[in-house]
Amino acid sequence: MLKLSRKPVALFLNDGSVIVTALLFAFTISPFAPWWVILIGIFFAVVIAKHLYGGLGFNPFNPAMAGFVFVLLCFPSQMNVWPAAPGISEIKPDISTYIAMIFQTGSLEKNTIDAISGASPLNDMKSQLSLMAMVSEIDESPIYGNFAGKGWEVINIALLAGGIFMLLAGIIRWHIPVAVLTGLFMTSLFFYAIDAETYASPVFHLCAGGTMLAAFFIATDPVTAPATPRGRLVYGFMIGMTAYIIRNWGGYPDGFAFAVLIANSAAPIISYYTVPKVVGENVS
Amino acid sequence: MSRILHPFPGGLRLDTYKELSDREVSEQQSLPERVILPLQQHIGIPAEPVVKTGDKVLKGQIIARASGYVCVPIHASTSGKVIDIGNYPVPHPSELKAPCIVIEADGEDQWFDIQPTNDYISVDPKQLQAVIRECGIIGLGGAGFPAHVKLQEGVENAVDTLIINGVECEPYITCDDRLIQEKAHYIVAGTRMIQHAVQAKQCVIAVEDDMPAAFQALEKWIDEDIELVKVPTCYPAGGEKQLIQVITGKEVPSGGLPIHVGIVMHNVATAAAVYRAVTRGEPIVSRYVTITGIVERPRNLQVLLGTSVKDCVANCGFEDYQNCDIILGGPMMGMQVTNPDIPIIKTTNCILIKKHQPRPPEMPCIRCGECVRVCPVKLLPQQLYWHAKTDDFDAAQSFHLFDCIECGLCSYVCPSNIPLVQYYRYAKSKIADEERRHRGADFSRARFLAKNERMRQQIREETTVEISLTEEATENEESLEDKKAYIEAAVERTKQKREQADTDE
Repeated sequence: MLKLSRKPVALFLNDGSVIVTALLFAFTISPFAPWWVILIGIFFAVVIAKHLYGGLGFNPFNPAMAGFVFVLLCFPSQMNVWPAAPGISEIKPDISTYIAMIFQTGSLEKNTIDAISGASPLNDMKSQLSLMAMVSEIDESPIYGNFAGKGWEVINIALLAGGIFMLLAGIIRWHIPVAVLTGLFMTSLFFYAIDAETYASPVFHLCAGGTMLAAFFIATDPVTAPATPRGRLVYGFMIGMTAYIIRNWGGYPDGFAFAVLIANSAAPIISYYTVPKVVGENVS
Repeated sequence: MSRILHPFPGGLRLDTYKELSDREVSEQQSLPERVILPLQQHIGIPAEPVVKTGDKVLKGQIIARASGYVCVPIHASTSGKVIDIGNYPVPHPSELKAPCIVIEADGEDQWFDIQPTNDYISVDPKQLQAVIRECGIIGLGGAGFPAHVKLQEGVENAVDTLIINGVECEPYITCDDRLIQEKAHYIVAGTRMIQHAVQAKQCVIAVEDDMPAAFQALEKWIDEDIELVKVPTCYPAGGEKQLIQVITGKEVPSGGLPIHVGIVMHNVATAAAVYRAVTRGEPIVSRYVTITGIVERPRNLQVLLGTSVKDCVANCGFEDYQNCDIILGGPMMGMQVTNPDIPIIKTTNCILIKKHQPRPPEMPCIRCGECVRVCPVKLLPQQLYWHAKTDDFDAAQSFHLFDCIECGLCSYVCPSNIPLVQYYRYAKSKIADEERRHRGADFSRARFLAKNERMRQQIREETTVEISLTEEATENEESLEDKKAYIEAAVERTKQKREQADTDE
């Protein structure tokens, strides 16, 4: 693609941005997704969502999220196979199982696959709530840990630690992560306060699914975010709120990918309306 | 009285490297063989020479007079003979030549007969301004704006505060620091004179908090009438608008001047120059210059204007310019030149020699927003960049392009190594050029319309003259009625003749 757009190949290959896209994409898809789903997703993300728009710095949509959503919509059954929480089944999947799942060598029996895959906590919460179960009942299921899904909460806390490290190192700025988490927290708190049994707690939402990943690593992508500080606060809040809405009332268990893409499309107009007052502008 | 200081937006604490050049007392640079004095060392229009080749001049004698309002005279910085008036390389990044007066020094360094202004307090402020102008004083902080213009504006409008700017925020430069430590009484006295010239109600001298020796030096000389303030070290706290915000909390209106909020600001070196001008009648003939970087003995020199950069740098132990960059000014706002045979002028505050480092390649903008974070004027450098790149000058101006002070912080923090300030300078010069052409076009149009009007007026006048002449003629001979009767009679006769001719046939 770089050769096609007549750009210096070595210079741009070395900037490492495609590695970030790949890592984020890998983080968001299921570890059981087949290799060809991964390939198609990455192709879409890098070639179509990034290079066809002009390459580094010119893409309006987050490439990792665009790729993720593309394969999610095209291959829903392959994408929705998640590993069960630890301790649920007797069969513990090891590395060879994963390789078999990804490369689809066909050596796994159907029983094994059923045994090692299960609903992710968000998915479970969503389907149980739609069956009119109460949150306190749902929480008793063994797949839930202290805050949120077993395993998932650890991941989220680890990602939070990583995010804080990036903040302290000055790699990202505080506006977007704080705004995303605030958006999610405030919206879920609002509904939890209305009815604690029909709506999951804010803590659950903060620790489940892709919250921390999205807040610190995905939404902070500078190319697709608005240019102004106040604009970034609005953008982050919008992502948090939209993710909550999709999680509760949308068709998919985790709404962050869609929320980020929706907010990406709003970024230019947010930038336009949040231009800071230049020093001396208010003085006559 | 202790004054509450205010923060200004953006800014960055930079490594200052001031210890390099601030360890020694300044030294007088030796008399050069010749001095090259450009006719334009200030913002405005160039001065006009009043000497010719071959004239003998004395130190401090006027060799070029001010040719307009925004202009100051140029004086000989040493005694000698004018050997040429022509184009020579001058300190400018374009490396073009400009008109200069070249004086060959006779080694005597003899002063012209300069006259002091005695008892300045009793003198009319306007007269002080004239003295300051005649001594060629401009803003010596680096900008080079003629000082008398600021003083004039000050007298015509009410001035609340006079601020003397000793906040040397740019890394490496220590010439103002040295000047304060060595000539504090000049500065304080000069401040009082400027205060009298603008009739300011309050007076503040500001230094940075990493200049303790300068602070102490000034403390000895100030009195109740002047307030000495220490400003936190942060680049660009020494910028005019930023320092006003720090000291008074007021914002200079966008596109306006400090006088619009009742403030006048001058650099410490300008204050010292005013002192010399008033108490001795001495025009600007020399200045403090910091020579620093990879030279052997980095320090400050007192240099006669027109001395070549090469001589000053050689005095600090550096001669081999291979693979080295010469920067006039500081690392943030200085200009890079390649020829060391250029003269030191009134606005040269520092010569920085650095090892040449190849510029990293310019990558696309990733919209990280770091530039927005550091901008001291709260601009959106990102947007200015995009619009300057696509030549969309109207959009760039709508983002207040002309409020950019070109401090260089945005380029400094850009992770994609984009030379942002260069883009803004390009856009500004293009816009200025277009405006000049528009004004030229407007002027032509006005002339054309005026000419048309003139022609029309001329024709009208001629016609009126003819009509009145014809009317006069008619009145003198016959009245209109008689004429009509005569015509009718003539028509009757012609008819009768025709009828007769018909019947005859």
